[in-house]
Amino acid sequence: MKSLLRITTVLALFVTLSACGGETNTPDKKTSTATAKSESELTSFQLEHGIGPVVEPITLGELNMEWVEKGRAIFEMKCEMCHSMDNRVVGPALGDVLEKRTPTYVMNMILNPGEMTKKHPEAKKLLQEYMSIMPFQNVEREDARAIVEFLRTQSDS
Amino acid sequence: MNLTLTQKTKPMKTIKLNNLSRILTGAGILIVSAFILTGCPSNQNMLDTSDAAQKVYVAPGDYDSYYAFLSGGYSGQLSVWGLPSARMLKVIPVFSQDPETGYGYTEETKPLFNTSYGFIPWDDSHHPHISQTNGNSDGRWIFINANNTPRIARIDLTTFETKEIIELPNTGGNHASSFVTNNSEYVIGATRFSIPYEKDLDVAINSYSESFRGALTFLKVNPESGRMNVDFQIIVPPFNYDLGRAGKGVSADWVFFTTYNTEQAHTMLEVNASRNDKDFVAAVNWRKAAELVAEGKGKTMSAEYYHNYYEGKQGFAVSKVNNEVTVLDTREVENFIYYLPTPKSPHGVDVDPSGELLVAGGKLATVIPVHSFSRMIKAIENEEFDEFIDGIPVLKYDSTIIGEVENPGLGPLHTEFDGKGYAYTSVYISSEIVKWSLETFEVVDRIDSYYSIGHLMITAGDNVNPEARYLLGLTKTAKDRYLPTGPKQNHPAQLYDISGDKMQLLYDFPTIGEPHYAQAIAAEKIMPNSKQIYEMEENDHPYALTRITENRVVREGNVVRVYMGATRSHFRPDNIEGIKVGDTVFIHLTNMEQEWDVVHGIAIKGVPNSEVLVVPGQTKTLKWTPTRTGIYPFYCTAFCSALHQEMQGYIRVSAANSNVPLTWVTGTN
Repeated sequence: MKSLLRITTVLALFVTLSACGGETNTPDKKTSTATAKSESELTSFQLEHGIGPVVEPITLGELNMEWVEKGRAIFEMKCEMCHSMDNRVVGPALGDVLEKRTPTYVMNMILNPGEMTKKHPEAKKLLQEYMSIMPFQNVEREDARAIVEFLRTQSDS
Repeated sequence: MNLTLTQKTKPMKTIKLNNLSRILTGAGILIVSAFILTGCPSNQNMLDTSDAAQKVYVAPGDYDSYYAFLSGGYSGQLSVWGLPSARMLKVIPVFSQDPETGYGYTEETKPLFNTSYGFIPWDDSHHPHISQTNGNSDGRWIFINANNTPRIARIDLTTFETKEIIELPNTGGNHASSFVTNNSEYVIGATRFSIPYEKDLDVAINSYSESFRGALTFLKVNPESGRMNVDFQIIVPPFNYDLGRAGKGVSADWVFFTTYNTEQAHTMLEVNASRNDKDFVAAVNWRKAAELVAEGKGKTMSAEYYHNYYEGKQGFAVSKVNNEVTVLDTREVENFIYYLPTPKSPHGVDVDPSGELLVAGGKLATVIPVHSFSRMIKAIENEEFDEFIDGIPVLKYDSTIIGEVENPGLGPLHTEFDGKGYAYTSVYISSEIVKWSLETFEVVDRIDSYYSIGHLMITAGDNVNPEARYLLGLTKTAKDRYLPTGPKQNHPAQLYDISGDKMQLLYDFPTIGEPHYAQAIAAEKIMPNSKQIYEMEENDHPYALTRITENRVVREGNVVRVYMGATRSHFRPDNIEGIKVGDTVFIHLTNMEQEWDVVHGIAIKGVPNSEVLVVPGQTKTLKWTPTRTGIYPFYCTAFCSALHQEMQGYIRVSAANSNVPLTWVTGTN
C-alpha cells in the first residue's frame, strides 16, 4: 500500500512536471526520461555518465565495423557542421572526447543536450565557453551508440 | 483611458434598404413589413466583462481547444487562429506570394502559381474546408478555393504548407468551392460567372443565353496522398452557381449548389438578376454522375488547365498541363441533377447534421426556406416536375419544402448547426445572427453582429457531429469597433458562446484580409500530427546538401549552383568568388538543423527577390542574375542564436569576361 502510494506520488509529480513548463516542449522529449532537477540533485551516475535516456553504463566491446560506418554517416550528416576531430569549430574538437568522457556520457549528451547544458556541471561549463547550445539532431539511441563507435576510431591515442 | 467612439448606429441598413426598395419595386412594402415583424432589433447580450474574459482566457503556455482556419479573402491566404483566445497562430500563404517566407519567390514554390494564363501570384480565397471522414472533419488537409482565376489549393495539415494547386477549366469565378464530400471523395468547384465553355471562344457578350454555360466541377481526391484531379464537369444552364455543400448522412451521395441570375442577365445584375421570385438549388447525385462518367456517358472536351504539385517530400513543385476534360451535358444525359425552386437569389445551401434538411438562405428573401431531402427524393420518384430546363427537371416548390423560418431578419445568408436541434443563420442587412429550431422552424434567439455579417462558423458546425461550443461571426466592416487605423479598418470577427440557450458575445477581434468562410476543428485532431522538422534522411530535394563537407559551387556554362548549408551560426560556404555578371546563380540552401522551430534565412544585397526562409531539414532555392560587379554581403534573416549577427558572408561578382576562378571557402581567413 505504501509503495503504491509512493508510485502514485511519483507519477503525479511526473505528470505535473510534464504538464507545465518548457522542458516537455523541447524536442529532446522524445528520448529524454531523465528528471534531474538541479545540479545538487544529480546522482553520482549522472555526474559521471550524464543525464539522459541511457541510465546504465555502456561497455565497449570489440570494435563493430558496421556500427562505425553507420556512425560515420550520421556524424557526417548531422554533426560535422559543428564538430571536427582536431579543431574547435562551433563546438569542441571530438578526437579525444572518449578520453575525457565515458561513452554513456557522450550518448546522453547527443540524446539530451538541452537538459545536459542546463543541469550538468561539465556541459554547463562548455556552454559558457562556446556560447552555442548544442541542438538535438533527431537521432535515436542506436544512432548515438553508433556515433560512439565511430568516435572510437577517431581517437588520437 | 477609455476612448468611446459613438457610431453605434447602422447606416448600412438604411442605405441597403433604399437600394433594395429601388430594386424591388413593389416588394418594398413587403420588406418594410418584414422589418417591422422582426420586432425590436436583437441586442448585444454580452456576458459580464469578467465572465467573458475568463471564457476566452488561455493562460500563457496553455493551448487553445480549437484550431480555426479563416480564409484571407483578397489577401489570398489562409490564417490560423486558436479559439477561444483568438491568438493568431500563423498565416499560411496559399494564392499570394509571401515575402516573409519566400513562398512564391523560391524556385520550389513558384510553379504553384502557374496557370493557363501564366504566372499568377495572387487570388481571392474564400471557403476553406477541412477534409472529412464519415462526415466529420479529420484534420488531414484543408482545401481552399481561388475565386478569380479558378483554382483549388490543398494544404497539408502536418506542415501547414500549401502542397498543391489545381486550375479549373470552363469556369469563371470559382466561388461555390472548395467543399468536400462526406469522405473527401470529391472536392467541388463551380462557375460563379457562366462563360462560353469552349476554350477561348470570342463571342458577343449579348449572345449570353446561346453561347454561355455553367460548369460544376468534381475533383477526385486520392485518399492516401490527397492529390486532386478533375474527374468530370457537369455543363449546366448559364446561371450563376455561387455556393455549394455536400450532403451527409441520408444525403451523403449528393451535393447541392445555390444559383442566382436564373434571369440570365449579363449586365447590371444588381437589378436584372433580382427579378425572379425564385431561383434554384441544384441537387446533384454525385455518385450517379460518377457512374455515368465511368460508363462512358460523358464526352471529352478540349481544355487547358494547370495542375501544380510536389512529386516527392521536397524538391520543386511541378506543373503539368492537362488538355482535356470529361463533361456530362444535362442536355444529353439525365437523371442525376434536379432544380429545387428557392426564394430569392439564395446564397448558400447548408445541410443539417442528419443530412435531411437543406437550408437555403435567400439574400433577398423574407423567410429562410428549408427543403426536405426525403421529400425531394419522393418528388423525383413521383416526377412532380414543373418544367425542364435544358434537360434538368424543376421540382415543385411545395413538393420539397418542409418549412419556412419566419421573421429571420433581413438578408439571411449562411447557416450552421449545433447538433442540439438548432440552426444559426447569419443575416446580413439587419446585421445579426438568428438561432432557430429545426423542429418548429421558429426563431428562439437573436444577437447583433458588428457590422454586416457574412458567413458564420460553429466549431465543427458543418459536421455530422457538431460541437456546440463557439460560434464565430465573420463581419464585413469594423468601423468604430477598434482603435481607428485610417480610412480602412481590418475585417472583424466576433466570438460567441453557444453552449447555453442564449448566444453570448465573448470577444471581438480584427483579422487579416477579408475572411469569408472559416472552419474550426478540435485541437487534438491536428496537434499530434504536426511535424516539428523535415527529416534530413528523407530529404529528396535534387540539390539538397546532406553532408556539410559536400558544400560546393558548381558552374555549368553560365549557370552557377551553390550547394550551401546553414547551421547555427554560419553558412557553408560563406566566401564565394568567380561569379560573373550575366550568370544565373542558384543558391540551394539546406537548413541542416534537426531541432524544432530553428529556422534560417538568407538575404543577399540587391537581389530582386524576397528573402528565403528555410525550416529545419528543408532545402530552398533563391535564383539570382547579378547585373553589377562588386561584393555582395548576405546574412541570415532569422534570429537563430546568440551569434546570429555573425551568420553572414560575401559573394564576389566579377565582370563577364574576368578570369577570377570559381572558389568557395569557409573558416580560413
